[in-house]
Amino acid sequence: MTLTRRQVLLLLPAAAVAWESVLAGNPEVAPNYTTTEHWWGMLLDITKCIGCGSCVRACAMENDVPDGYFRTWIERYHVTDWHIENPHVDSPDGGKGGFPSDAETGGRNFFVPKLCNHCTDSPCTQVCPVGATFQTPDGVTLIDYNYCLGCRYCIQACPYGCRFFHPTKHTADKCTLCYHRITKGLTTACCEACPTGARQLADLKNPKDPIHAFLKTHTVQVLKPHLATGAKMFYNGLDGSVR
Amino acid sequence: MSKFRDSAHLIRVAAVFLLGVVAFVALRAAVVPKSFGLYGPYRASALTELTAHPIVYAGHETCEACHSDVQEIKAKGVHARVNCESCHGPQAKHAEDPGTVKPVLPEISTLCVRCHSQNAAKPSGFPQVDAKEHSQGLPCDTCHQPHSPGFDAGGKK
Repeated sequence: MTLTRRQVLLLLPAAAVAWESVLAGNPEVAPNYTTTEHWWGMLLDITKCIGCGSCVRACAMENDVPDGYFRTWIERYHVTDWHIENPHVDSPDGGKGGFPSDAETGGRNFFVPKLCNHCTDSPCTQVCPVGATFQTPDGVTLIDYNYCLGCRYCIQACPYGCRFFHPTKHTADKCTLCYHRITKGLTTACCEACPTGARQLADLKNPKDPIHAFLKTHTVQVLKPHLATGAKMFYNGLDGSVR
Repeated sequence: MSKFRDSAHLIRVAAVFLLGVVAFVALRAAVVPKSFGLYGPYRASALTELTAHPIVYAGHETCEACHSDVQEIKAKGVHARVNCESCHGPQAKHAEDPGTVKPVLPEISTLCVRCHSQNAAKPSGFPQVDAKEHSQGLPCDTCHQPHSPGFDAGGKK
């Protein structure tokens, strides 16, 4: 079958209509929110974190995280000149109640807030045998609690230790990047509660987001970059000893 | 005659195959959720279920809609960028029904030191004190007004 020029010209509008429906994307997950228009990440400024634990408490209250489990937590690092590769790390109750003033001297001390890195190529979503964990079109790694079998494979696969087994839901659980908030124009609970601005939610697809200026002017790193997970938690002032 | 028998065999096989296909399609339609595969190899309605989670932290814009007087005091001081719920806790319920749900004021003795107690791991530029030595047991708001804690702002308000 050969197409004449006339036939091709007639087909073009039909193709345009079809392409339009492809671009229009899928139905909304929340009113006035199109998943394909966002790409979420977070900026974590270690030079601003004071280890007050506000983010940990806010996360627990917002997301009903059971005691002793953490969707976000803070680690305190103590690095000496002789043990750059082996820092001393503590995190009493995930830093929920802040940190005691007993920091060791004779080295550098700093806080590192941690949470799910919402990786672009996440190992956790690749190992799920039932498709219960996945990445949304707006770059958030989520768990389908109705599909999760509780096999714990993803908990093993996460190189950042961000997942846990929920004691009452009996499924895997982790940070949702407050998906119920960010889809309604709010920031995450941890960012809302952070008093120093050490945590800032970032929409990488929004050209007006201050993260773009920040990434151009600061030395920013992700955790474990050698694993090529495409982590989207950007740390400013990250020390090489942080794992 | 022999030709006729052969085609009868074929029809039976085709019928069994067709039945299998129909059973597969019907079973698949019954078992696989409707929204599966809409965005990718997962149930798209899981996203809608997750967005239905209730909001607990109202967000500082919501607070400022009513408490603009506090926002004005805050904007002039060093706590300008500290969000309301950072100290006052989650207030979405209060924002929904300000008449009946009254927020409890934070306890000063634990609130201030949570951020401002001395710790070697804190950034050196961050104001930190040894509370016992600094205030001799007096509550912080004797001298500092929490919304604008500089000395010129005065104490209790």
